[in-house]
Amino acid sequence: MSVSTDLSARGRDAVAAPARRVRRLSSRDKVVLSIMVGIPTLIQLVLVWIPTLMSVGLSFTRWNGLELTDIKPAGVENYQFVSQDYPPFWPAVQHNVLWLVFLALIATPLGLLLAVLLDQNIRGSRIYQSIFFTPVMLSLALIGVIWQLFYNRDSGLLNFLLGTSGTPQAVDWFGDSSVNIWAALFAATWRHAGYVMILYLAGLKGVDPTLREAAQIDGANAVQTFFRVVFPAMRPVNVIIIVITVIESLRAFDIVYVINRGTNGLELISALVVQNLVGEGQVIGVGSALAVILLVISLIPITFYLSRAFGKDKEA
Amino acid sequence: MSIAHPTDAGAPGMSAAPAGPGTSRPGSRGSANNKQGKRHYGTHIFLIVMAAIWLVPLVWTIFTALRPKADTDRYGYFSVNGTFNLDNFVQAWAQGGFAKLFWNSVLITVPSVILILLFASMMAFAVSRVNWKFNITLLIMFTAGNLLPPQVLAAPLFEMFRHLELPYAFSDSGNLLNTYVSVIAVDTAFQIGFVTFVLSNYMKSLSPELTEAALVDGAGVWRQYWDIILPLCRPALAAMGTLEVIFIYNDFFWPLLFIQSGDRLPVTTAVNNLQGQFLSNYNLIAAGAMITAVPALIIYLLLQRHFVAGLTLGSSKG
Repeated sequence: MSVSTDLSARGRDAVAAPARRVRRLSSRDKVVLSIMVGIPTLIQLVLVWIPTLMSVGLSFTRWNGLELTDIKPAGVENYQFVSQDYPPFWPAVQHNVLWLVFLALIATPLGLLLAVLLDQNIRGSRIYQSIFFTPVMLSLALIGVIWQLFYNRDSGLLNFLLGTSGTPQAVDWFGDSSVNIWAALFAATWRHAGYVMILYLAGLKGVDPTLREAAQIDGANAVQTFFRVVFPAMRPVNVIIIVITVIESLRAFDIVYVINRGTNGLELISALVVQNLVGEGQVIGVGSALAVILLVISLIPITFYLSRAFGKDKEA
Repeated sequence: MSIAHPTDAGAPGMSAAPAGPGTSRPGSRGSANNKQGKRHYGTHIFLIVMAAIWLVPLVWTIFTALRPKADTDRYGYFSVNGTFNLDNFVQAWAQGGFAKLFWNSVLITVPSVILILLFASMMAFAVSRVNWKFNITLLIMFTAGNLLPPQVLAAPLFEMFRHLELPYAFSDSGNLLNTYVSVIAVDTAFQIGFVTFVLSNYMKSLSPELTEAALVDGAGVWRQYWDIILPLCRPALAAMGTLEVIFIYNDFFWPLLFIQSGDRLPVTTAVNNLQGQFLSNYNLIAAGAMITAVPALIIYLLLQRHFVAGLTLGSSKG
């Protein structure tokens, strides 16, 4: 088999690395190794996993963030408050779902389509690739600013192109709470599609060309060949794209924060977490409850990915 | 067993694209093109339209940035009258304090990337070249950590840093908030997982004989790592280094959370203040935005191959 993107190679790495027997390490080697493992593990524990557990702990307390002695147990109060008395919560959930659906149904397929088209020997393929890829280089915060200039009510290009600029019908695309989530999703797609494109281009290069030829000899047309043969053969890339799409929609934050800090139609769970941490009346408990909700949802794609990336290793 | 050299597999995504599928059947390239000539015509129209849509926001930003405010006020934003010059860039640079902001970005990005590559390569070496009990468990923990949304850890990290008292000689806030150390530490912790995962896969694909020979010569673990494995990982390190420079330069959230003084923010997070700073002078905002984009674009142009290789190498990144 000559399918050999690094992505598909991952599964076979386990085979490639033979079960090495533990060699007798000198005591000096053991010290060196434990330092090599210890420092990164300590950093990872102290700055990632312990804070994650602390978020869970804080979500069951009431705290204004001032003195540590002010932390009071609160049971599930914060969760009750968030789900019943906190107006932005359900809109935020809806927006996160919408973000996921939009990326999954529009941005990701668009990236795949661009990759498939550019994978043919067409003229200027590299130029097109560079154009679609450019937004991936930019920070999401900057993307928010760039699209703000495009969406502006009075000076933005979009309203001019629509012919509404300067008239009362002019829409404030980022300011109007009935449309701004869609405007933000377009800006997010601008980046996401290029990202997906570049990953699929690598994936397509890794598909064994004899597979396509065999399908064509069997009389499959281009569409059939793609969906029945090429796409399934890119399984490792597909897994990664699914995970990236889900995680990106849960992590979505920068764009909406730059626009209006995630308020007025642009509520997202991640933005609500931050609003509760840094606002005037710091409500750490409520912010933590929101963070835990985000964590629990995130564990779904994370577990899915880990089971694919590591589970297969063990099988193999 | 033909495990592609990861960088080779990644690179065609961009640099070797024209040779793309043609390499699989070099002889039939011409005929395939003729056969599909018609379809390519439609493809081109689609791609040109898409490319135009893709370029519009950027071109509009550059266009706005190049025009003096006086001209846009007089002729309107949607006109080509008046002069075009770089005055907005000069003014935005000075007024926005970009020299300082860029320096802040350097102070955060350079140490972070060095620490990430160092720690991640040590960890990757230990889990991939030495067989011991918990290596897979630790690797899973590292990989999972990188996939968490940063906001999940925001509150505890913020409070930890705030309650960690430090001498004022070290930090003028008396704690870790408002220091670069806080951002560097968290950036490092957050990115180690991803880089460890990618580097460990790379190191697993290197032949075990390499270090066996060294063992026979009596080389210790550190020499195996530093003198033998690391030099062989140069392509992967270059790819990860490039990728991480961009990731950390583009990071918005951690400085936003930890750094309160506006003049200590890195460029990317300071973008948030552009609108307040330049009020509704969109020409200046546009110029400021483009200035921010320049470093990422330069790195992309110079190190495109490494960047794309890095992305495809370790596409576990969310």
